[in-house]
Amino acid sequence: MNTALPNALTPASLSLYGASVPSRLLLGTALYPSPKVMTDAVKAAGASIVTVSVRRESARAKSGMGFFELVRNLNVRIMPNTAGCRTPREAIATAHMARELFGTDWVKLEVIGNDDTLQPDLFGLLEAARALIGEGFKVFPYTTEDLIAAERLREAGCEVLMPWAAPIGTGRGLANPYALRSLRTYFPDTPLIIDAGIGAPSHAAAAMEMGFDAVLLNTAVARAADPVRMASAFAAAIAAGRAAFEAGLMQMRDTATPSTPVAGTPFFGLDKS
Amino acid sequence: MQLKVFVNGEATVTTATTLAELVAEFGFAEAGVATALNGDFVPRGARQRTPLAGDDKVEMVSPRQGG
Repeated sequence: MNTALPNALTPASLSLYGASVPSRLLLGTALYPSPKVMTDAVKAAGASIVTVSVRRESARAKSGMGFFELVRNLNVRIMPNTAGCRTPREAIATAHMARELFGTDWVKLEVIGNDDTLQPDLFGLLEAARALIGEGFKVFPYTTEDLIAAERLREAGCEVLMPWAAPIGTGRGLANPYALRSLRTYFPDTPLIIDAGIGAPSHAAAAMEMGFDAVLLNTAVARAADPVRMASAFAAAIAAGRAAFEAGLMQMRDTATPSTPVAGTPFFGLDKS
Repeated sequence: MQLKVFVNGEATVTTATTLAELVAEFGFAEAGVATALNGDFVPRGARQRTPLAGDDKVEMVSPRQGG
């Protein structure tokens, strides 16, 4: 939890696969200018979950365990991803390797269907999700806003869904707000985490105001001129958006209504006498 | 006896006969990498009893930054 936030912005706690998660900001660990900036950004964000990956180890560098040590010292929950996997088979093997290395059965499941958009292959995603849930994983599927895919993933045993806002790394914000709103409406009791495509704190706030449960960010923070400050900005925006959702937003109207009382308006009716 | 295998996409010649020996030959700590053989995960505890064959494709991965 970010202790810098005023009490009124402290959100109701979030439960993912039975685990209580204090922060609604999930942060990626990639693309930062230095390990120090990454760890400072995680702290500034108040994140309680960070994402990581597995990659081919170099016999010369042997850098993997040093990075793991760095992340372990953050004392946050670690969620490995299957980034870059293009088939269910690759994703399944990668998830298993990540579970052994990181000692967690949580996995951000990515099965990528297209190199340009990094769009999830929903068919492969479902196949991999089914297999991994059968092997005891707690699967967080990186999906689109597609309602039927969401339904099938829920049926397969995914207790959390992670729809994209826009393609990974684009920073375009909520590309399809109508579909995201529908998804939220159709799955009122499923934790929904917006994953990918968020560029600005206002995008994250908008997602939270819609009632999404959390936001997963990486590029928007890591590629900011000052990633640590941007992490704080996102934390504030996400807390504000959540508080606004919990407070209940007013209904939008097509016509103007005065906010100042009409009764007793000075000079009222004088022009008719 | 020597075998040609592919480790992380690169051809290499080894005298290792099991996956465990190959991991050691690369200088990796047993718990420092996770492994896959020909696309399937091989748990740490199974490497010793996993024999290698010519042209096997081995992955050895470790923790890395991710989004």
